[in-house]
Amino acid sequence: MDGDVLLQAIASGLLIGMVYALISVGLTLIFGLMEIVNFAHGEFLMLAMYAAFFGRSLLGLDPMLSMPATVGLLFLLGVLTYRGLISRILHAPMLAQIFATFGLGLFLRGLAQFFWSSDFRSVQDPFLAGLSGGNVNVGAVSLGVPQIAAACLAGLAFLALYLFIDRSRTGLALQAVAEDRATASLMGINSDRMFALGWGLGAACVGIAGAVLATFYYIYPSVGVVFALIAFITVALGGFGSVPGALVAGLLVGLVEVVSPTLFGFSPAYKYAVVFGFYLVVVLVRPQGLFGRF
Amino acid sequence: MNVDLRSRTGRWLVAAVALVALVLFPLFVGGGSWLNTAVLVLLYAGLAQAWNILGGFAGQVSLGNAAFFGIGAYTSTVLLDRWNVSPWLGMPVGAIVAAAFAVAVFFPFFRLGGHYFAIATIALAEILLILFTNWAFVRGARGITIPFVRGPDRRPTDSWAFLQFNESRVPYYYVVLGLAVLAVATAVVVERSKLGYYLRAIKNDQQAARSLGVPVLRYKLIAVAISAAVTAAFGTFYAQYLLFIDPETTMRLELSVLIALVAILGGVGTVVGPLLGALVLIPLSEVTRSQLAGSGNTLDLVLYGGLIMLIAAFQPNGLVAIGDRFRRRREAVRPAGDETERGEAPLVGAPGTRN
Repeated sequence: MDGDVLLQAIASGLLIGMVYALISVGLTLIFGLMEIVNFAHGEFLMLAMYAAFFGRSLLGLDPMLSMPATVGLLFLLGVLTYRGLISRILHAPMLAQIFATFGLGLFLRGLAQFFWSSDFRSVQDPFLAGLSGGNVNVGAVSLGVPQIAAACLAGLAFLALYLFIDRSRTGLALQAVAEDRATASLMGINSDRMFALGWGLGAACVGIAGAVLATFYYIYPSVGVVFALIAFITVALGGFGSVPGALVAGLLVGLVEVVSPTLFGFSPAYKYAVVFGFYLVVVLVRPQGLFGRF
Repeated sequence: MNVDLRSRTGRWLVAAVALVALVLFPLFVGGGSWLNTAVLVLLYAGLAQAWNILGGFAGQVSLGNAAFFGIGAYTSTVLLDRWNVSPWLGMPVGAIVAAAFAVAVFFPFFRLGGHYFAIATIALAEILLILFTNWAFVRGARGITIPFVRGPDRRPTDSWAFLQFNESRVPYYYVVLGLAVLAVATAVVVERSKLGYYLRAIKNDQQAARSLGVPVLRYKLIAVAISAAVTAAFGTFYAQYLLFIDPETTMRLELSVLIALVAILGGVGTVVGPLLGALVLIPLSEVTRSQLAGSGNTLDLVLYGGLIMLIAAFQPNGLVAIGDRFRRRREAVRPAGDETERGEAPLVGAPGTRN
């Protein structure tokens, strides 16, 4: 088989993998903190993409310029979700928690469809797509500028998140709450506020991902469903609650999705089946995921 | 009349009255949209009941039951389409195939805990959906249309032998009613048998159950086999009801989630819960869809999602728990010594317990 084709596939796989990782890290952050899976995560992403779209169509702002606002809005959405819904079901059975966030997802998707219709939309001439003719060639490998930018931004976001969680006082407080809620509150940490912050951060990660995805992906109310499904797989693969796990698993999922059809010569129609199968194989060997503690 | 509805006789009385009402129901509504709603209620009540055997009694949350539903629908339909085998024969064959598939696949799955298990079941159903969408033998994404059974005058006609009713839809109602009664009877038998006690022991504390000598894996496999077989039987019914199947209608994730949702909103781990859930949720979804979605908007999804959130937030143990609340209040004023609670299934995971 052609080496260049394989190289191209690997590079594309890693780029999309970074975006998967960024979406998944928000999910895993929330889970690590309070053991709740946010089944509305895909709808958060969808809202971020619409925010980028309307920033362009109503205000004329490029998604890159409106990104801080998008991230801010998503942070707010995360905090509101925690205050309005999650704080009420912190001690509810796991099943009720699953369906509370699932209901929220349906609710948001329904609203989006109601207000913005189910038309496919795309951002008009995003700045990134015009940069350097939209493509960068390295040897025989050709990569889209928006995809490269998305991967770089995801990398930066990861770094920032890591520094925040590992180095700042607030980040340490977050970790303390994740470790032991009761002891942390004895140390004077307001766990309720930390939970709200966790939801804000988790949603903010999706805000970045949504803003960059909007530059090269169609935007429609159920766009989040596929991404959320992949994010669930990624998070479980990396191990629920593990931030490095989300990064490694995201890259792996991206690689498997893009490289395996090229390598083994089957139709791309099966690519997600391979990704899901890959998850099953890994998790059956390591039931706690790659980096999981649980 | 002065019968305590919670006593043994009381419960049978309620069940008998409900059954008579259900049998007479079509006489009052004819064959319109109300009949369709009733068919869907019974369909989801049965599916949720089947989910409940694994998810409610044993606490193993599956979000992939559409896989079994699809296997049931496809087995009977392919048999009918290729070899002209009656769905009445296809139904048990589909149930056996689904049960065998479930046992083979869940054998390794049962090592996984909590969310890892739930996501594995999602992955399984999605893989099956993708494979069927691209599988030429089952006509891929285009799906299979079941040909009409035609009478001597070449017009589509009713046929009990081939489970197809084109002149009046009412027989479909009685078929699904029969299946639903069968599903409930299965759940009742499971609940009261050794199997049921073992499953609840597994849910409450798997380690403790194992140390007391409960063969945990074997009983989980029995539970999933029963659950899959019942789900598959409804799959065959659904294929005959629509006379068309494709991978999307029979295996999509939303179907898996809705099955679990009906059981959970009603109240898991009880026989009444899934019935209650279907009775509330399905008509609501049908009415909102026909009233609101008809005008081209999707307020039905908004309402539906909002309601699910509300119930999860304010009634996290399901609708059956509303009754329990009143009961507890009543018992508080009752004299001591009169607290003969029998066979009450515990509601899932009290705060603090992990499944």
